[in-house]
Amino acid sequence: MSNWERFLETFFNAQVMARYLPDIAYGTLITIQLAALVIVTGLAAGLALALLRSLGVRPVNLLIVFVVDLFRALPPLVIIVFIYFGLPTLELSPSGFVSTWLSLALVLMAFSEEIFWAGITSIAKGQWEAARSTGLTYGQTLINVVLPQALRLTIPPLTNRTIAITKGTALASVVAVSEILGMASSAVSNSYNPSPLTLGAGAYLILFFPMVVFGRWLETRMRWKR
Amino acid sequence: MPNLVVEARGLHKHFGALHVLKGVDLLLAERELVFVIGPSGSGKSTLLRCLNRLEQPSAGSVKVDGVDLLDPKTDINHARQRIGMVFQSFNLYPHMTALGNVTLALRKVAGKSRAEADELGRAALARVGLAERAGHTPGQLSGGQQQRVAIARAIALEPRVMLFDEPTSALDPELVGSVLGVMRDLRESGMAMVVVSHEMGFARNAADRVLFMDQGVIVEQGTPAAIFEAPAHERTRAFIGQIQRH
Repeated sequence: MSNWERFLETFFNAQVMARYLPDIAYGTLITIQLAALVIVTGLAAGLALALLRSLGVRPVNLLIVFVVDLFRALPPLVIIVFIYFGLPTLELSPSGFVSTWLSLALVLMAFSEEIFWAGITSIAKGQWEAARSTGLTYGQTLINVVLPQALRLTIPPLTNRTIAITKGTALASVVAVSEILGMASSAVSNSYNPSPLTLGAGAYLILFFPMVVFGRWLETRMRWKR
Repeated sequence: MPNLVVEARGLHKHFGALHVLKGVDLLLAERELVFVIGPSGSGKSTLLRCLNRLEQPSAGSVKVDGVDLLDPKTDINHARQRIGMVFQSFNLYPHMTALGNVTLALRKVAGKSRAEADELGRAALARVGLAERAGHTPGQLSGGQQQRVAIARAIALEPRVMLFDEPTSALDPELVGSVLGVMRDLRESGMAMVVVSHEMGFARNAADRVLFMDQGVIVEQGTPAAIFEAPAHERTRAFIGQIQRH
């Protein structure tokens, strides 16, 4: 057997791949669920924090900045392990899935809050003044005048950051979640062949490559219009 | 005594250690146009911004159309509908069309339906000569047109008084005339106006009263002829001499 044949046998073993394809497909579904939950809750929480921060209550803002910096500084895996192994001592036992969801959502919340905040503060003071001078309330100004402009600015950096954090769903394999990487790893142990890992890589590509391309497209589009 | 639209008395404003307004009175009658001139930093913009509480005065009282703006019980958002303001930098909402800019407050503050607001908005744009530009976004309009949309945005709410904060300072010279023309029309319709500006020609033939401010106080006031031809104070003379040399 030549080296090349050995390579194919090891990483592209058709028999093994066929056998574990359903497992990887199942793992892909779990990854999609996890990613969707992280994106929706993480971005919603980040926007909520940014709006809260815009009210300018000093103690609240100090707290927000502290929380945001905390979750930007900690590696996501550390947060996952902390929640999964640490919370049970407080009689809370989140599953691996919930631990990963919470952790990545918190990290996305922290990064997206900073991005949303930067967007909101980049809107000129004159926009606020013009709107308020016509009698719009603070909230009406935020919703109708400031956010539509701010969100547009935040879309490109937000897309990139969201992709980066969502890829972290692979970390769930550490806490026994049967997402793509978890399924692939156990398939590797069971079959004594790394081909399922190749399948897993393929699944990640199918999931994230379109997102990356979409992010790039959005970025050039937004840059154009300004 | 005619009805007062604006009645501001004893206004003081501190920004930290800076004392920007040092006891200013401004009374404006119906249909009156008061012109405020003065060197930069004299407090004229701050005075204007106190009249709709964009700045909170440190002391004094402000009544507009009989409503005490500094009374905590006053709904300031309601009161501000009656006080139109136009800014040096236009401050149009860039993500909306001209009509969208004009109708936002009509819908959200005055509570008009979209159809009513659109009708009033188009009428306001027609008054500033921009009926044809209703669907354009600010980026597609010249500076002069943008400022006229900003005026339409304010007058659509049928204010009792209009405040102009250097409305032509950011415009190319050839665009100034169109904005002053709209202001002149407004004046002829009987709108009470307070105008902070360096447009002396406009002041001369449109203002009822000119007020010269320096270092946070009103140094003197009078008819345009009195202030421009025969100022009583040295500081006024120096300022007007400087302006006219340019």
